[in-house]
Parts: sequence; C-alpha cells; structure tokens
Amino acid sequence: MAQLGAVSQATPRRPRVRLTQLLERLLPKLALAPTVVLTLVGIYGFMIWTGALSLTSSTFLPSYEFAGFEQYQRLFANDRWMTACQNLAIFGALFIGFCLAIGCFLAILLDQRIRHEGMIRTIYLYPMALSMIVTGAVWQWILNPSLGLEKLMHDWGWTSFQFDWLTDTDMVIYTIVIAAVWQASGFVMALFLAGLRGIDGAIINAARVDGASLPRIYLRIVLPAMRPVFFSSVMVLAHIAIKSFDLVTAMTSGGPGYASDLPALFMYSFTFTRGQMGMGAASAMLMLGALLAILVPYLYSELRGARNA
Amino acid sequence: MKLIRHLMVAIALCVAGSSAQAGEVEVLHWWTSGGEAKAAAALKQMMEDQGHTWKDFAVAGGGGEAAMTVLKTRAVSGNPPAAAQIKGLDIQEWAKLGFLTSLDDVADKANWDSMLPPVVSKVMKYEGHYVAVPINVHRVNWLWVNPAVFKKAGAEVPTTLDEFFAAADKLKAAGVVPLAHGGQAWQDATLFEAVALAVLGPKDYTAAFVEHDMDVLSGPKMVEALTKFHRMRDYIDPNSVGRDWNVATKMVINGDAAMQIMGDWAKGEFTAADKVAGKDYLCVPAPGTQGTFTFNIDSLAMFKLNDEENEKAQKDLARTILEPEFQTLFNTAKGSIPVRTDMDMSNFDACAQKSMEAFKSTADTGGLVPSFAHGLATTSAVQGQIFDVITNFFNQKDADPKATAKSLASAVQSAL
Repeated sequence: MAQLGAVSQATPRRPRVRLTQLLERLLPKLALAPTVVLTLVGIYGFMIWTGALSLTSSTFLPSYEFAGFEQYQRLFANDRWMTACQNLAIFGALFIGFCLAIGCFLAILLDQRIRHEGMIRTIYLYPMALSMIVTGAVWQWILNPSLGLEKLMHDWGWTSFQFDWLTDTDMVIYTIVIAAVWQASGFVMALFLAGLRGIDGAIINAARVDGASLPRIYLRIVLPAMRPVFFSSVMVLAHIAIKSFDLVTAMTSGGPGYASDLPALFMYSFTFTRGQMGMGAASAMLMLGALLAILVPYLYSELRGARNA
Repeated sequence: MKLIRHLMVAIALCVAGSSAQAGEVEVLHWWTSGGEAKAAAALKQMMEDQGHTWKDFAVAGGGGEAAMTVLKTRAVSGNPPAAAQIKGLDIQEWAKLGFLTSLDDVADKANWDSMLPPVVSKVMKYEGHYVAVPINVHRVNWLWVNPAVFKKAGAEVPTTLDEFFAAADKLKAAGVVPLAHGGQAWQDATLFEAVALAVLGPKDYTAAFVEHDMDVLSGPKMVEALTKFHRMRDYIDPNSVGRDWNVATKMVINGDAAMQIMGDWAKGEFTAADKVAGKDYLCVPAPGTQGTFTFNIDSLAMFKLNDEENEKAQKDLARTILEPEFQTLFNTAKGSIPVRTDMDMSNFDACAQKSMEAFKSTADTGGLVPSFAHGLATTSAVQGQIFDVITNFFNQKDADPKATAKSLASAVQSAL
C-alpha cells in the first residue's frame, strides 16, 4: 500500500487520466462484448455445429460419425422435402408479391390526405400485432368448409357455393398465402407510407408543373424513390416466409397429408420427432443456403448502389 | 461469514435429510389427461407406500415430443430420470447408446419371462436383458360401432372388408357419415394398418412392416391394400382434415357417424359419455382382422443411475408395475388390458375381456403383430417415412396405388 501510494505521489494524476481514457476507449467494447459473444456462439457457433451435424449419421442424439453428403442425398430423394421446397417457392413468391402490391397500393391511397387517416392506418396495421398462431387459427375457422365461409354462404341460401381450398391438397398452400398476406400487408403499407411521406413535395409539384399526370408521377418519380423501402420490405418478408412455421402449424399442421408442408416444419419434425437429426440438420443448412442465395446478391447490389450514389 | 456458515449447515442438513430417506424415483411421463392421470396417481401412491419418494416429471405437449427433447438433454448431461415413457423400437435405440440399465435381477425373481408373451418381452429386452417394463397393452385394430345408426340404416356390422364397403354404402345412403376419421398422419396410418393387416394377413404384414421385405412392400397385395384403403376416403366426411381422434369418436357417440377404426383408448370417450359396451356401442375387430391383434404397448425404460438408494427405488418401481394389483388399477383407468396373461379379468369391461382373449389366443397362433402406426414395429425414422407416404397417398383425390407401393418401399429403404 505504501509503495503504491509513493508511486502515485511521484507521478501525480497521470495514471488516473490514462485509466479513464483507457476506460473510455474500452467501455463501448465492453458493453458490446456480451452481445458479440452471444451472437458468435448463439448464431454462428450453432450454424457451424448444425453444418457439422449435417455431415454425420446422427439419429436421435448427435453423433460424430462422418457420413459425407449422404444426408443431403437422402434429403433430395425425399418427396416430402421436395413438396416442402415447392411450397416455399409458391408461398414465398406470392406472399412477397402480394404484400408489396397491396401494401404499396394502400399506402398510396392513404397518402391522398384523406380524413381519419390515423384510424384507418391503425386498422390496417393491427393484424401485425396478432401472433401468427392466432392468425392461423382464425383463418382456419374462416376457411374450414364446415365452419366458416362456405357454411355461411350455404346457410344464406347460396348452396352451390364452394370454397374448400383448405381441404384440397393442390390448393391448400394458397390458403396460407391468404392468411399471411392479410397479416403482413398492413405492415408493408406502414413502411411505404413512411417512405411516401419522406418524398420531397417540391419534386412532385415540379412534375405537376411540367404537366405529368398523377399515375405518371407515381410510376416515374415516387416508386423509383421508394427503392430503399422495397429493399427493407423484401428483406423482412423474405425471412418471414422462410422461417414461417407457426402459421402453417396453426392452420393445417402441414396437412392434408403433407401438402402444405414447409421446410421449417420439415426440419423440426425430422430433427426433433423423427429422430433423424442428421437429415434435419442438412435441411436446415439448405434453408440457410437458400436465404443467403437470395439475400447476399441483393444486399450486395443495394449496398454498393448506396455507396456509389 | 455467519450467513455463509448458516447456509452451509442448511445445505448439509438438506443433503443428510434426503439421503436418510429411501430412494427417490423420478418418472418422465405424459399421462396427464383424465383417466391417465388417475392411473399415474395410483402408481405414485404405491411407490410412496413402499417408502420411496415420487418425483413427477410430466412434460405436457404433443404426444411427448416436448418431453423427449427434455429427456435427451438430461440424459446427455448425465442426469437422467429413473424411468421414462419410451416405447417400441426406441427402447432399443436408447439401449444401444448405453443409457439404460439391466433389470434382469427383478425380472428373474418375478419370472417375467413366463408372465409375458415372447413378442412383448422381445420389445422390452436389449441383447437379452430387460431394460424396460411393459405397463399395458392396447389393441389397435378395433372397429367402434354405433348399433343404433346401423339399425336405422338397415346395415349389418361388417366382419370383412367387402361387408364393410357394402354397409358403408347403405349408411351413406341413409345420410350418416359411415366412417369417423381424423385427417392426421398417425390416424391415416392407424386406418391403413387395419386395412393392410386384413389384406396381407399377419405373415406378410410382419414381412412388410417389421422385417421390411421390399418385395412385399411393393408387391401386388400391398397395391390391393392401398386401393382398398383409398376407397375408404369415399366414406369419410370432407371435413376430417386435422380432426382429433376423440372428436371423431364423439361423432360415433352422437350418431353423426356409424363407425370408427381406432385403438381401445377410444373406449375412454364412450365411458366418459356414460355409454355401455355391448348396448350403446359395440367393439368388434376391424373388418377382416379377426384372429389378429395389433398391439401397442406403453412401457417405462429404466435409466442407469448413480445413487444406490435411487436404484433400489427404481427396481421397486419395475417390480410394482407388473404386480397384478397395479395392472388392474392402471388398466381399468386407461382402457387397456394388462400385459400379464395370467390375470383375473373379472373387474374389466366386456371389450377388455374380449381383447384379453384375443391377446392370449393370437399370441399362440401368430396373429399377434406389432403396430407400426404406434412405433412398435419400426424405428421412428422408418415409421415417419411410412407415415409420409401413406398420408400423402390418402389425401390425394386420384393417387396411383401401384406407384405408391413402389415409393413406400423406397421410402422405407431410405430410412434403414
């Protein structure tokens, strides 16, 4: 103690300054460290682990017996996996497409300085506040031929009315699109509305002065200016589509048969209930691959574009 | 410091307290609904009467999926419960990984080998050693009939598949749903299992679903079974998609539907609705499966433990489960039959008595076959593959039975 005191007396105040400086420099890193560690272990670590498992012959517990790409081969020979992938392609394309179209359209309509805009906006945005499970359950009731829409129409006397997509193996995937679009398009609308409000009124007025019609203004000026909004919407929607699990579980649990199965459901059932962890891991890796295949080029072009601009 | 010392004393007392007691037995199960919970409580009481502590490890949710995940984590971290509800071929998988303990001393003392039919004890043994205890036997190939509906439609209770279709036509014409069914993969498989057994017979059924003989799996008889199975679609109402089995049973109870092919756990629903077997409802073998018995056995697999006292409690648990007193108590509550063939059946209802007779007689004739729909015939991997093919086939309006038989064989092959 005495020695330390002597040292600090000999060089007054300097170490303390250094200490605070050091602390100042380290503090942000220290504060971020837990998050970084969690992300590294919890996301990238487990990604690598899953990748490793997909190359093993793991059954219902992880084992590290190397099996090469056997699990991937089995996966591609599996009809259910192929159906799941096909469904994801249909679901993803229609879901993103319709959400963008409806969201954008609603936003443009709302942007016309109408009365009660706040209330209407809230109404459209509300579905997003619901859990996917609730959305799924409600739409399952609505579309169920013996409970919902079809029965209502029959009760009202329109007995030839038929809408049984929910029980039709070929059409069931579209019912999931309906429910998902209902839930997410209000959110896309909100994003677009914010984007529209951000556009400088002077540009539009200038176009008006030049004699451009309203549709032309929107097509040529407003929509191109909304590129970043498109970008973030597609990002959000694409990952909602790929990870979508709860909606299908609540609406059809993958049925009838496995007609509405999606890769996420497939992965869960093979890893945790079927005792085929290797195959489940392989399917998870393919899902990751698909996500990267879409997002990386998109991110790259968008970010490069932003930097050049 | 004082606080720490107090804490240490407290901890020491706790440890001393728990080791002074007789063993603790922790059981992972999902007997949580009505009659099942009552049955589990009976076991708990019996263990406590022997001076052991019972620790419930019930994880609710979806046929034990959630529970299995917890079990895996605990087993891998070296802290498994004493016993867990694991059945069929999964017992072998767990034993292969070295998690299960041998019960041979208990089994020898109580002479399990003479009490249990060999088909049953085969499932409970790994390399000749008992590693699990069977609790009950469910018969899966039952046809539940509402006789009042049959009478109104002028139809006869079917004993063959042809009679089934004839009766179903009459019932359909009378405006009732002939067959109550729920469109879930395992229910589709349960229905197919009954049809396949009727068409293939027990020998080919075993060849296909236990030994995985590719020629039988893709053979002409399988095509015939698939064709008949697909025909049953015509007698199921279109709203069956995703319906739970007990909702389907309620349709039979209420007279909205005439029949259901389902295991004997369906009896619980009839009993809960105050219906009497033989009067308000009939239980007959599924059409064309007289003289056969598809069994589904619940069992507790016993894990290796470190604590000697707990191990003793575990052995006591194993012994208690196969004692007549518990067998009667548990099975009357759950609707199944005892796994011991030497039991007095007078406390059981008519259906259970019929089931027991069939269980004993088919054990001798070779008609006693494991249910693949309930994991007794195959590993969960193969079972899952069969489920996928069957449920996909059944849910398509115009599926090709021939191509399906082929894909059934290749699906099974891919999971072996």
